Amino acid sequence: MLVRASPSALKEGRWYEYLIRFALGGAATMFAGWVASRFGPLVGGLFLAMPAIFCASATLIETHEARRKREAGVRGERRGKQAAALDAAGAALGGVGLVVFAVVFAASVERSPVAAFVFASAAWLSASIAAWWLRHKLRSARNLAANSRAVG
Amino acid sequence: MEYVARFLIGGFVVSAFALLGDLLRPKSFAGLFGAAPSVALATLGIAVITHGASYAAQESRAMVLGAIALTAYSIVVCQLLMRTGIGALKATSLAFVVWLLVAFGLQMLAGAA
Repeated sequence: MLVRASPSALKEGRWYEYLIRFALGGAATMFAGWVASRFGPLVGGLFLAMPAIFCASATLIETHEARRKREAGVRGERRGKQAAALDAAGAALGGVGLVVFAVVFAASVERSPVAAFVFASAAWLSASIAAWWLRHKLRSARNLAANSRAVG
Repeated sequence: MEYVARFLIGGFVVSAFALLGDLLRPKSFAGLFGAAPSVALATLGIAVITHGASYAAQESRAMVLGAIALTAYSIVVCQLLMRTGIGALKATSLAFVVWLLVAFGLQMLAGAA
């Protein structure tokens, strides 16, 4: 399965959907800062990994996919939910990367804050992609085994 | 003023990662960007400038627990969407309870240890 960019996907979005995500992202960052100043960094830190805009993103994916299927003349509700579920599965793997980001950042920020941002971001990306690739390979192997059993 | 800066920086970083997620296929790969450190980058950047590196280190140590909770949250959302008839908005809202329980549960355990 090849990873690719699909610029046409951006045309499906409406301007207010991007505005909602901007507002939710800004509000989540403000909220995380408020929690940290009110309850301290140990509680505030939890909210740095809050699923801030996941609700909006998953709903958008579901709506766009359902709309696309409807326009193709088929019922799209089920496909919309499946697309949102796939996105959530990817986010679970990204969560592993986020754990790695936090560990690397915590270990390096007191030595060099700039290096901590660079290393932690690189670690997040590498760990997330590695987790996704591993899942992809495991699923492919499982499907291959199931097909061989069915043929045999 | 600090909160306005937080809002603008957070909104920008979150939107940038969300756009990347929109752009990429397959969807399971794009989903990785749903768990991007967008709020963390903005908040930790401001924390380093306003409170210092030691404060940011404390926040990021707590973030490890939040990130484990985010993984649990995403798995629950995926299962709710695949196994029940409920839509994305309801599934993501219901699963937020799981995020809160796991995040604060782990913190209580870490505090007790």
